[in-house]
Amino acid sequence: MKAFAALIDRLIYTRSRNSKLALIADYLKHTPDPDRGWVIAALTESFDFPAVKSAMVRTLLATRVDEELFRLSRHFVGDTAETAALLWPEPNTPLPFRGGVGVGVAGQRDADDPTPSPSPEGEGGLTVSQAVEALSSATRATAPAILASLLDRLDADGRYALLKLALGGMRVGVSARLAKQAFAQAFDVPVDDVEELWHAIPPPYTLLFAWGEGQAERPDLADVAFFRPFMLAHPLEDATVDLADYAAEWKWDGIRVQIVHGGGQTRIYSRGGEEISAAFPELVAAFDQDAVIDGELLVRGDAQGGEAASFNALQQRLGRKTVSKKMLADYPAFVRVYDLLAVDGNDLRPLPWTERRRQLEAFVPRLADSHFDLSQVIEAADFDDLGERRAGARDAAIEGVMLKRRDAPYIAGRRAGLWYKWKRDPLTADCVMMYAQRGNGRRASFYSDYTFGCWSDDGELLPVGKAYSGFTDEELKWLDKFVRDYTVGRFGPVREVEKSLVLEVAFDSIHASKRHKSGLAMRFPRIARIRRDKPAEEADRIATLQAMVT
Amino acid sequence: MAKGKPWLEPHPHGLYVKPADLWIDPSRPVERAAVTHGHADHARSGHGAVFATPETLAIMALRYGVDVEASRNQACGYGDGFERGGVRFSFHPAGHVLGSAQILMEYAGERIVITGDYKRRPDPTCAPFEVVACDIFITEATFGLPVFRHPPTSQEIAKLIGAVRAEPDRCVLVGAYALGKAQRVMAEIRAAGWDAPIYIHGAMEKMCALYAAHGVDLGELRLVGETDKADMTGQIIVAPPSALNDRWSRRLPDPVTAMASGWMRVRQRARQRMVELPLVISDHADWDELTSTISAVNPRETWITHGSEDGLLRWCELHQRNARALHLVGRDLEEEA
Repeated sequence: MKAFAALIDRLIYTRSRNSKLALIADYLKHTPDPDRGWVIAALTESFDFPAVKSAMVRTLLATRVDEELFRLSRHFVGDTAETAALLWPEPNTPLPFRGGVGVGVAGQRDADDPTPSPSPEGEGGLTVSQAVEALSSATRATAPAILASLLDRLDADGRYALLKLALGGMRVGVSARLAKQAFAQAFDVPVDDVEELWHAIPPPYTLLFAWGEGQAERPDLADVAFFRPFMLAHPLEDATVDLADYAAEWKWDGIRVQIVHGGGQTRIYSRGGEEISAAFPELVAAFDQDAVIDGELLVRGDAQGGEAASFNALQQRLGRKTVSKKMLADYPAFVRVYDLLAVDGNDLRPLPWTERRRQLEAFVPRLADSHFDLSQVIEAADFDDLGERRAGARDAAIEGVMLKRRDAPYIAGRRAGLWYKWKRDPLTADCVMMYAQRGNGRRASFYSDYTFGCWSDDGELLPVGKAYSGFTDEELKWLDKFVRDYTVGRFGPVREVEKSLVLEVAFDSIHASKRHKSGLAMRFPRIARIRRDKPAEEADRIATLQAMVT
Repeated sequence: MAKGKPWLEPHPHGLYVKPADLWIDPSRPVERAAVTHGHADHARSGHGAVFATPETLAIMALRYGVDVEASRNQACGYGDGFERGGVRFSFHPAGHVLGSAQILMEYAGERIVITGDYKRRPDPTCAPFEVVACDIFITEATFGLPVFRHPPTSQEIAKLIGAVRAEPDRCVLVGAYALGKAQRVMAEIRAAGWDAPIYIHGAMEKMCALYAAHGVDLGELRLVGETDKADMTGQIIVAPPSALNDRWSRRLPDPVTAMASGWMRVRQRARQRMVELPLVISDHADWDELTSTISAVNPRETWITHGSEDGLLRWCELHQRNARALHLVGRDLEEEA
């Protein structure tokens, strides 16, 4: 438990991705099975103890700590697990000057419970796997006593780790993708292999570690709904391609998913290899063929006549662990299928795109057309023609064009020359900087996050978005100095600046949003140019932006 | 007993000792002020006459240009005091920072102690807190919630030195309040055997010199501004918290940002401050220190000046102790805790 507690503590305070990778890799290398497997499952939220919930922890705390003091503390700390970890009475720990009565929060305990606390069995006594074992055996009735006995064996940092393990919500900034990369880094194995094996082996991943350490063969994945790493595209930039070599498809603005059916199970994976099946039960139910598809998950919108709605609508469905009937009815999801990676037990990935496409066209009719349709190939005469079609595309859900090399197999990752994404030209608006905040990590001393606004009809500047990219290091230095020199107000970490600097902001699309006073929300806003030449009064008006809404 | 005719009046801007026509730690200029210690939320400029320990007067002279030699000001060493309007005042160590004092007032058979800020842990830079028996104990409550339990200082110092050694190509930048915390951190790392020069922010130079002049040995200190970036790799830098993520820190070699404060106990707080290495080192009493001190002093009444009054009030209630919160204003020096 001690090493795990130290790891999550370090992760909380570490902001750089590479440092996080190094910390996790180091932990995985130096921790025995099955602890390391449980820890990586905990970091990626891959399991859950149904008997242990935060309401139960609060009730348990009330048996040891005055409820009012807990309430005040919880209010200050803002997190139940951390509050509980700090408040849990330390059994028999000498304090530097313990004296007099009523030391600690044990006030009520002193009065009501004369029995001494059990002495801690020492940190060495409790391993992560023992804790996992105890917690998974817990029922609603036994959970409080089990959790209490575990807490009694740990110090404050250990208790924090245990409660985070038990309750989830680790908040240490470790995605499934990052965890897999850390595994690959720790054992020097290809990350694509790790991605494939990951979901095929349940926690604590003992077989995965044995393979990573070279002590076992690669586990056999027959009959398992495992994830295949995605093939990704490079931006086309200014290049052109010959459509004789490349097929073109629309690039849809949803989320890229892979649906896998195998071993009697259907699973939906996001681009990062995180399983998101629970958020889309209707798709899981509708996908009943022994196959693996790659496609874009979208929702249908009334405004689009039942066609794909903008990303804004899809966002309502993302990140949910359960979905209400209303959600299912209001935001019906479907998948526009791009590719077929496996069918009827055959891996199609080594085949060229043309052959996979032929099989895909034959396969899609086997799926319910209510939830799946085929991504159409754009029939353009040549590259210029394609460019015109791209420029003319006004569909809210179209983000641009994909170009796929016809003779290329399906290869994990981003390989030069095989797939290109050719996004629609971004929209731009001239906005006025209003507020700035410091960035993270390398940028911690720079004001690098900017909120900007446009003019309302009444001549008021209303925020329309926030951006923290698009500028060069030189421009960042200049912007930072501008913020410091032109600060007119401070609100905690936020600086309000003189409304005099025009920023040309580029964005992929703009949507109606109730969240902002301007009623607008930009997708992927970034700073395109600093317009020192332009007076703030000449920045764009809200009405101009409203005309761009899709 | 003077019960029923209060001779000490709590006001939002300080405590007024009526028979002596004197304020304690007033937050605005007054004719006569007794000052517990030199922090800005207790010691202000512009008073007519100041009564304080010699160290506190020296600090006020440095910070606000208070004229220590002026005859209207009176220096009182620990155990010493003065009498005014029938009230006997005396100063007793509070263990908070150099010169910090509790003030004991005796009048009409009643004893009142005001702690100012205090702590109970050993601190190489100041005299340790003394328990002074009294009827009314007026305590601070900065960390008046049971989540605040400061770990042993040596453990936090070991963490700091460990971090410097773990990344010899970087440096560790410790944010520490310029009066008290900074010198204590330096003295503690000296005690732990760190004998390399300590690099400091220019804003701390004079206060460190004042500590040294009062016999607190901080070892060799060098100014960051006068040092090449490369010479600071593998070294410890001490700066005021406001400098941590500011432009000033760009002159340091890839600093690991540390912060020495009792608030660092709470993870999300430390994260908000963009701290990589939180050091739970405080010059204020933690929950156990506050509660055990009240128990040890065992007053008839406990008055709580500032901080998390609600938590400490609740504890008093649970332990059948008479207590009240005074709601003083302007006692909010987050950076210093």
